[in-house]
Amino acid sequence: MTATVAPAATPTGTTGSTVDLARVIRVGTLVGVGMVYVSVIGLLATFNRRLVIDPWLSLGYLVLFAAPMFGGLQFIKREKLEGLEPEPASINDVVQAAIVGVIGGLIAALFATIVNTFPDVRSVFPNWSPELVELLTLGLGVGPAFLVLPAISAVVAAAAAGTSFLPERMRKALVVGLLAVVAVSLFQPVVDDFFDWLEVVPDFLYTPTRAIGVPGAIAVFVLAAGLSYFRPRGKNGLTRRLGSEDESVRRRSTIITAVIVGVAMIALPRFLGGILNELLVNVGFFALMALGLNVVIGYAGLLDLGYVAFFAVGAYTTGVLTSPLSPTWDPMLTWWQAFPIVLAMAALAGLFVGTPVLRMRGDYLAIVTLGFGEIVRILLLSDWLAPYFGGAQGLRNIPGIPIFGTTVNVNTPQLMVYMVMAFVLIAAFISWRLENSRIGRAWAAMREDEDVAEAVGVDTVKAKLTAFITGAVIASFAGALFAAKVGSVFTNSFEILVSIVILVIVIVGGMGNIPGVLVGAVVLIGILGGPAQPGLLQEFGEYKLLAYGALLVFMMLKRPEGLVPSKRRQRELHQDEFSQDAWLDRTPSAPGPSVAEPGRETF
Amino acid sequence: MTTTDERPPAIEEKRKRERKALRLSWVDLFLWGIRVAAIIVILWGLIGSIQIFASGEGLTAAGWRDLIVSSLAQGAMYGLLALGYSMVYGVLGFINFAHGEVFMSGTLVGFIAANWLFENGVWEANPFLSMFIVLIVAMVTSTLIAVTIEKVAYRPLRGAPRLIPLITSIGMSFFIQYSFAGLFGVGFNTYPPPPDVIAGTVDIFGLQIRTTQLTVIIIAMISMIGLWYFVTKTKSGRAMRAVAEDKEIAGLMGINVDRTIVTVFAVGGAMAGVAALMWSLLFRSVSFFTGFIPGIKAFTAAVLGGIGNIAGAMGGGVLLGLFEGVGPLLILGGLGIPGASQLKDAVAFIALVLVLVFRPSGLFGERLGSEDRV
Amino acid sequence: MPILETKGLEKAFGGVRAIQGVDFSIEPGEIVSIIGPNGAGKTSFFNVVSGIFNPDGGQVLFDGLDISGHTPSQITTAGIARTFQNVRLFPNMTVLENVMVGQHCRTSSGVFKSILRTPSQKREEAEIEENAKDILAFFGSRLIGYRLDQPAFVLSYANRRRLEIARAMATEPQVLLLDEPTAGMNPQETVELTELIGRLRSERAFTIVIIEHDMRVVQGVSDRVVVLDHGVKIAEGSYGEVSTNEDVIEAYLGRPADLEGAS
Repeated sequence: MTATVAPAATPTGTTGSTVDLARVIRVGTLVGVGMVYVSVIGLLATFNRRLVIDPWLSLGYLVLFAAPMFGGLQFIKREKLEGLEPEPASINDVVQAAIVGVIGGLIAALFATIVNTFPDVRSVFPNWSPELVELLTLGLGVGPAFLVLPAISAVVAAAAAGTSFLPERMRKALVVGLLAVVAVSLFQPVVDDFFDWLEVVPDFLYTPTRAIGVPGAIAVFVLAAGLSYFRPRGKNGLTRRLGSEDESVRRRSTIITAVIVGVAMIALPRFLGGILNELLVNVGFFALMALGLNVVIGYAGLLDLGYVAFFAVGAYTTGVLTSPLSPTWDPMLTWWQAFPIVLAMAALAGLFVGTPVLRMRGDYLAIVTLGFGEIVRILLLSDWLAPYFGGAQGLRNIPGIPIFGTTVNVNTPQLMVYMVMAFVLIAAFISWRLENSRIGRAWAAMREDEDVAEAVGVDTVKAKLTAFITGAVIASFAGALFAAKVGSVFTNSFEILVSIVILVIVIVGGMGNIPGVLVGAVVLIGILGGPAQPGLLQEFGEYKLLAYGALLVFMMLKRPEGLVPSKRRQRELHQDEFSQDAWLDRTPSAPGPSVAEPGRETF
Repeated sequence: MTTTDERPPAIEEKRKRERKALRLSWVDLFLWGIRVAAIIVILWGLIGSIQIFASGEGLTAAGWRDLIVSSLAQGAMYGLLALGYSMVYGVLGFINFAHGEVFMSGTLVGFIAANWLFENGVWEANPFLSMFIVLIVAMVTSTLIAVTIEKVAYRPLRGAPRLIPLITSIGMSFFIQYSFAGLFGVGFNTYPPPPDVIAGTVDIFGLQIRTTQLTVIIIAMISMIGLWYFVTKTKSGRAMRAVAEDKEIAGLMGINVDRTIVTVFAVGGAMAGVAALMWSLLFRSVSFFTGFIPGIKAFTAAVLGGIGNIAGAMGGGVLLGLFEGVGPLLILGGLGIPGASQLKDAVAFIALVLVLVFRPSGLFGERLGSEDRV
Repeated sequence: MPILETKGLEKAFGGVRAIQGVDFSIEPGEIVSIIGPNGAGKTSFFNVVSGIFNPDGGQVLFDGLDISGHTPSQITTAGIARTFQNVRLFPNMTVLENVMVGQHCRTSSGVFKSILRTPSQKREEAEIEENAKDILAFFGSRLIGYRLDQPAFVLSYANRRRLEIARAMATEPQVLLLDEPTAGMNPQETVELTELIGRLRSERAFTIVIIEHDMRVVQGVSDRVVVLDHGVKIAEGSYGEVSTNEDVIEAYLGRPADLEGAS
């Protein structure tokens, strides 16, 4: 395929010096709408309170001007086709990007004018306020905004487009540098704790507003960009080695990664403060539940939207059995004594939920399990069952976990972290072993084609129930730990929202794939936070769930296999790409179609 | 020719044991158990309620009548909402989770209109005009949102494995919910009280019926007639039915499938807008969360009536309204369960589970496209 | 005694009577072909026998045991395996994994054993892999070596058919139901497959029922031929008998037009 095809006007860029007006207007309008959206839902105002680079750049403005940046980037996207050279950067793209910025900025300025003219809508739209006008116009008032906003947007967009002129390595270094600055600024609590522990006080880094200062920003940028530029194999090498076809290379790098991560995990809680340990515990809970849901969805292909019900079963069973205030159950068991009963109840719950849905189509299964989840929650909340479960008051005074002489509960964050991590490891281990076993293969077959799996001798009834029960049991680990940690259970912790958040973690992280799920939990819960728990970016607050929703849609559209895809998943979702490659290249180890009969491999 | 005698005897033994293992599945027993339990619960509750009624306690006859009428009105609303789910499932084969939010957007934006009309005196002065304006605003909003979602999130995924659009719609649902939460704030917004002309009650055949509820029922009937006309008599309607039957063939026959699908979403959105007006008349208070639970219930109604079946959707809606309105008090109250009305949502969900487990094709027969028919 | 038998089998879909009173029997070690024009009910017959549909009437007897009404996995476990007319593999699983799944019903390691990797589980897994490779080797060098770890969807059409047969073999059946195994193959592949079917009987002692359209295959491989038309068995016998049977010819080609009555 040494085609020297003259590149026709490809949809992603234009040759020559024509300006694709329609496209520019379309992207520009979208950018403008994006900027208005960010303002009107209050994101700009809320995020403005957090500075990224002190004193110039706040998170609010970062997000606002991210819109023109992405708009500009649209014009330098190049399709990578086999055997063809990607189109070179052209000044044309930068110009178009700039125009996009201008359009977007104008729309934003227009919006600011409108807000300024009709101030009385506050009662309906709480964010529609003079403060918003202030922010949007950068404090300069509505008139100047018509110059300033388009100008800044144009510059940002053009700069983004202009990066295409840089050689690849430099561009990557630039991006890494910028991301590093933002990351170091936003993850200030972690970095601070880290330096505290090292007893090194990096005064130059942060300012009193908890944001990175200018000198600090420059330092971080130079360091990160430099590292990226001069050691390009750094990150790449690892991911490439982890994904390598060669069994031994892959195993070695996996072990090394695991050891490093393991050491970090053991060391981490020691130097993190209470709040961050709390965060780790939350990450752990969600990771645990995500692992369980991964078995149900990722392995067996059953979309369970009521997964939180199993979590509730674990928590409430623990509460009922161990709390002295439990209304009906008298002999107070210890957490460990209650644990086998918790597992049994969870297994029963899994059986109970799984049996009616055995013959259902995928989406119906999703809704029914959603219904089950809600039924459980409503029943637990009801006055009718309050004598057993405490109703709206919930169950309280749940004792912690007695271990090695101490009790692990809300007062011992470090021990709690270790406890949760231990269970995460157990759940991961169970998932891993099951995936590569007879039942794992049965699940995979069932997921691919249920009818055929049945015809080939896989008892789909047993397989599905096994999946549900395994998922339920793993969720109950989390439930039992949660009850002990918080000391009380209320139904607010068991809403549909939790099931959906766990679903997002599994999907965004990588369905059917243990490292993916763990990465998903760390990234999502750690950064955005859980439904009721703040993440590192506390500012996100009310916008967490919006981000979750947007992320889910985005991933489904662009990268349904998740952040860390399992090989199989990637194959499933990009079959056409894989088939082509398989057609074009033979695995180097085999000398072509080494068939005894000459030339018989027909395609 | 080798015969089975030449196989190793061990396999033969295994085979004989396996053959003995073919028996009736315990899954079926479990399911029968649920059926029986459900019937017992319902009968017991009914008997209990009759006893309570006969003894003069609990709700009076007038009280029950009121309850039934209000349940019918709510059911009519669910029915209109169910249409959106039913049509989209019939054509594209997945549950549009975000439809509840399509409805919610109509309620919130309609609120802006209602509020403005009220503050400017138009609400009381021209009640019918006001309600009409609110209706139009709600319908336009809902339709716009529905169509935008289709363009942005669903069209690119046409042909993807089935669960992917479903998951996308879940994401979209959350995104819209919380966008509106950001836009309108998280509190409740209350519509102005219904204008005097429909505030009271109306005497029909000696029964006192709340005018708002009657209005809702009438609006529902008009909408259904309009929809029926649209679907059966107009070209677009025919195109919709063709695309629902078989997208590919319809395309080959010259129907613009993309545009027809947009029409499906638009019609569903419009109906949701009407449902939004109904909600405002029945319940008055709305928030970003208003769409979520009614959405799930409306989906239940759609399945109850037979997914893809438009008349069935309305039928399912009315039935569901009755179930969840009258059910808790009638059956659970009859069983002596305190606080039965708390369990209203649970009753709706139980109805959902029972329908999907025992009669997934719905009461009035489902209408699926050729790709989705089993 | 026949290893597989149907007596008066009935199956209707909506108003269409796909199978009407079909009596069928096959002795252990025989190869019987089922032929008939399109829509004759041949695949429906397989679907009922293999448990995908329940018969409306009549019986399906496997080694004397009535298996009608059982689930497909139960029937496969009992010893009847099948392939599909439109090859249905597990496209994203590897070649080896596809065949290993076939061994599912012959193995028993459960959840606990798999988690703990008990010695018996490890042994079983090794056995499964060995058996799978052994079965794949039956097809020559086409499906072994580097092919084992490739996802099934990269295979050529003929190889996919072979893989499907391999998967069916992995369930260690007594009876194999092959649904149009040579459809879409070129003449050379067809000859190869015909030989393969013969070897399936001679080397592995399978009893085989084949639905076929290609008469060369039918002629080359069958002990007996059964002809279905519109759900009814219209002829049965050796290939020679059946191919000259008037009813059979009429079913395929129709009757010569009766022109006398047309004017």
